[in-house]
Amino acid sequence: MQFMLLFSRQGKLRLQKWYVPLSDKEKKKITRELVQTVLARKPKMCSFLEWRDLKIVYKRYASLYFCCAIEDQDNELITLEIIHRYVELLDKYFGSVCELDIIFNFEKAYFILDEFLLGGEVQETSKKNVLKAIEQADLLQEKTEYVSQQEVLWV
Amino acid sequence: MPAVSKGDGMRGLAVFISDIRNCKSKEAEIKRINKELANIRSKFKGDKALDGYSKKKYVCKLLFIFLLGHDIDFGHMEAVNLLSSNKYTEKQIGYLFISVLVNSNSELIRLINNAIKNDLASRNPTFMCLALHCIANVGSREMGEAFAADIPRILVAGDSMDSVKQSAALCLLRLYKASPDLVPMGEWTARVVHLLNDQHMGVVTAAVSLITCLCKKNPDDFKTCISLAVSRLSRIVSSASTDLQDYTYYFVPAPWLSVKLLRLLQCYPPPEDAAVKGRLVECLETVLNKAQEPPKSKKVQHSNAKNAILFETISLIIHYDSEPNLLVRACNQLGQFLQHRETNLRYLALESMCTLASSEFSHEAVKTHIDTVINALKTERDVSVRQRAADLLYAMCDRSNAKQIVSEMLRYLETADYAIREEIVLKVAILAEKYAVDYSWYVDTILNLIRIAGDYVSEEVWYRVLQIVTNRDDVQGYAAKTVFEALQAPACHENMVKVGGYILGEFGNLIAGDPRSSPPVQFSLLHSKFHLCSVATRALLLSTYIKFINLFPETKATIQGVLRAGSQLRNADVELQQRAVEYLTLSSVASTDVLATVLEEMPPFPERESSILAKLKRKKGPGAGSALDDGRRDPSSNDINGGVEPTPSTVSTPSPSADLLGLRAAPPPVAPQAPSGAGNLLVDVFSDGPAAQPSLGPTPEEAFLSELEPTPESPMALLADPAPAADPGPEDIGPPIPEADELLNKFVCKNNGVLFENQLLQIGVKSEFRQNLGRMYLFYGNKTSVQFQSFSPSVVHPGDLQTQLAVQTKRVAAQVDGGAQVQQVLNIECLRDFLMPPLLSVRFRYGGAPQSLTLKLPVTINKFFQPTEMAAQDFFQRWKQLSLPQQEAQKIFKANHPMDAEVTKAKLLGFGSALLDNVDPNPENFVGAGIIQTKALQVGCLLRLEPNAQAQMYRLTLRTSKEPVSRHLCELLAQQF
Repeated sequence: MQFMLLFSRQGKLRLQKWYVPLSDKEKKKITRELVQTVLARKPKMCSFLEWRDLKIVYKRYASLYFCCAIEDQDNELITLEIIHRYVELLDKYFGSVCELDIIFNFEKAYFILDEFLLGGEVQETSKKNVLKAIEQADLLQEKTEYVSQQEVLWV
Repeated sequence: MPAVSKGDGMRGLAVFISDIRNCKSKEAEIKRINKELANIRSKFKGDKALDGYSKKKYVCKLLFIFLLGHDIDFGHMEAVNLLSSNKYTEKQIGYLFISVLVNSNSELIRLINNAIKNDLASRNPTFMCLALHCIANVGSREMGEAFAADIPRILVAGDSMDSVKQSAALCLLRLYKASPDLVPMGEWTARVVHLLNDQHMGVVTAAVSLITCLCKKNPDDFKTCISLAVSRLSRIVSSASTDLQDYTYYFVPAPWLSVKLLRLLQCYPPPEDAAVKGRLVECLETVLNKAQEPPKSKKVQHSNAKNAILFETISLIIHYDSEPNLLVRACNQLGQFLQHRETNLRYLALESMCTLASSEFSHEAVKTHIDTVINALKTERDVSVRQRAADLLYAMCDRSNAKQIVSEMLRYLETADYAIREEIVLKVAILAEKYAVDYSWYVDTILNLIRIAGDYVSEEVWYRVLQIVTNRDDVQGYAAKTVFEALQAPACHENMVKVGGYILGEFGNLIAGDPRSSPPVQFSLLHSKFHLCSVATRALLLSTYIKFINLFPETKATIQGVLRAGSQLRNADVELQQRAVEYLTLSSVASTDVLATVLEEMPPFPERESSILAKLKRKKGPGAGSALDDGRRDPSSNDINGGVEPTPSTVSTPSPSADLLGLRAAPPPVAPQAPSGAGNLLVDVFSDGPAAQPSLGPTPEEAFLSELEPTPESPMALLADPAPAADPGPEDIGPPIPEADELLNKFVCKNNGVLFENQLLQIGVKSEFRQNLGRMYLFYGNKTSVQFQSFSPSVVHPGDLQTQLAVQTKRVAAQVDGGAQVQQVLNIECLRDFLMPPLLSVRFRYGGAPQSLTLKLPVTINKFFQPTEMAAQDFFQRWKQLSLPQQEAQKIFKANHPMDAEVTKAKLLGFGSALLDNVDPNPENFVGAGIIQTKALQVGCLLRLEPNAQAQMYRLTLRTSKEPVSRHLCELLAQQF
């Protein structure tokens, strides 16, 4: 996968993940172009389209569009399910995820994505394992915070 | 508000995000952001040290602002500080910031790499994963340089946690994609392959991606992965839907892993081992069988996951292209999908069938679906699906169904989306040409294209029809009649006027017998379109008119009247004006004979690849024309357009090679017949066909004549650029003259002298070198009494030299008067050690004749020697330090010059090294030391020369810290004695 974009029906970018090196200018151009293209499509249309020399796979969940760019030999349907699994992960973590969760906790959305996809490839498909990694980190943070408060007391 | 209770709420961040969301306008948002940026800046700059939490919060705000699309140019240092925090969330935010806002500041990169290094070494799997994620997210070359060697170790270490292995595998993949040269192959590769057997499905999932990427470059090293992948796949495919627990996705066992394994297998040909192959075929069959089973769930996720595997399986079957049974089954399965209610499946089935169509085993099976595909083209509501249908029709087209497919595509064209019209036009044009049984059908099709979608008919398409009509005399009469009829339409496309004008100008005589298309009727029909046309078309029509004067003398007076009209003779457009003036004169001055020769029918065009096909390939990228390129499929195509001789042709138009697309080896182009008995140049140029290059300067005649012929390439090319560029680029300089090496040798130990001399030119050199810099003066003396013109000496860096040596030259005057001398200054910088000298290319014209000369510029590595004095003790200590065999170079050679100690000393000093006395116990021997100075590095050199007067031999030994330098210096110096 070359990149993943999440944007709202109003065309606001909510998350961007790039797995190929591109300049900021190029990223903005691609984003603008794709958001426009995808938003212009009608609901019943096919989830795949050719774009430049890439294949775009997108799906809408409520107010959010999830849009992935994959290479010629990549599998469209499995990419569609990558999107779905990511949505499930977000949903499980936030509990009925909505767009606002992703806006206010964008950093978490990135962390979950990194556990699931790395370098543009699926790293771990088990929902349990991904969430375990995130929860462990959450626990670790509580613990370290606890420890550091203790330290403050000792000083 | 989000329902997250765990973790850290950063209240300040949430407030800021709310503020932004509440902004009513873009201006308000920008104002709020600027306020926040000022606040953060002052916090970061303030003298009060920020605690970790605040730093994290502000860095997070900056990140948010950046992700909104604003530029962020500070905060990197604070983020880097967070990396070394012992609090997990602070570290995590630091890494996120670094990953999103990569910065190329080298000092920062050093700090970041340091933090990553610490985390990788921490043995804390959570920290290790964070660090690996960061490397994978940034993936820069700098990171590759720092970590590419460590990661394989982490990946295959026995004690690495599964999650660390997963991250390490994909991290390595990203680095390998960015800079493959940095990832060292080694014994770890074998162990990576064995990760396919790992207990943990997540580890396998990550590792397959890495292996797939690596094996593309080194297929042999990873060959063992085939059997491992097959057995893994077989276990998954045959497992029950609940066996794999959390790796089962909507009742489909491990769909992502299955797809990746099937993808990996597509990097190789079918397995050679019969057992492995049997097992794999079984897997593939199981997948095909499962597709027929009723779904285990109604959820779209279930069917998507299942079909993802099915499509990947079909890709593998197509890739193998060796199992007719599987290919046909695949085709039938896709056939079912063609009518599925899911648009996505219809789309993919059309796409996948395109590749099946090019297999000889399944081509026929694909063809049976023609009606469904045509229906899709007509009824699909989504343009991208219709596009796929058009692609598939193109791919499944052969002689048996060409007429049907072409006519359906033509019909579709009338309502097709603008975005894909041009492509459809190209495809129709190609198919019509390739599968034409009789060329009248081809002509009809192209004229239909122009009628239906004239705006989308590119030059390539209408040039091509003219070429074909010109080359095939069996269709010329029909073409003339048909265009004549087409032009009757009240509004016809300008491209039709162009094609009509050209064809009638050439072949209008073939229909002139019919009173309904008599010459005056033809002329007035064309001329009725004239005023509405663009300049280019009007220019073409003027050429048609002059041809008419030749074909139909009775139209001469009328046409001369048209040419003579003020609107032509004084046309503001210079091209039109010129044509009118010249044609008018030609028609009045030339005798009928001359006119007939000048305006003789166009000779056939040389065969070449259809420029239409080339255009389609450009549009679609490589592989687009595959269905047509690929001679393999289409066994039925030993057809009329293929190798078999074409319809009979007469002597006046020599046989056009039948394969108009140039798909198969085209016969050599038939040389156009030279007109007999026509002595003058004008005629020559006229009759010499499009391939003729005018050899004289561009006279007006030639200029416009070259335009008469619609060559498939730009017809204007000749006009615009009459002669090939006069100044060849530096890459085509000649090889150095034979004595270049000898001349170079003279300068190894000296800096000044005459580098080259012949009857015309003398080149002198003066140079000085200091440290790694040098300046050289070249003196070019003209020894003749005639001026040299276009005099241009230049310095060329062969091979890698560009990166090793920088030579800056000043331009010199382009004229060197007889007896005069010009001077050229070269500034030279040695960047790193080099072996080849730069080349000096000198070109000029002497009495009109071009002269060129290539020499080796006397810049050798020893010029950058800095002599070093040292005591005997130091010398031997260093000598011993350089005792590795590859650091030493030695040569024993016969003396070429009298063995004189003083001369030898002078030469060694000229070579650049210091001469050290009292080092060698034998006073006859010479010992030297020096340092070669380059910008990138310094190379210490020690040398010893032992003359043997009795044997008239020398032994020369060089030791340096760089192997190639030792050898090179030794060779350079040995030539000198």
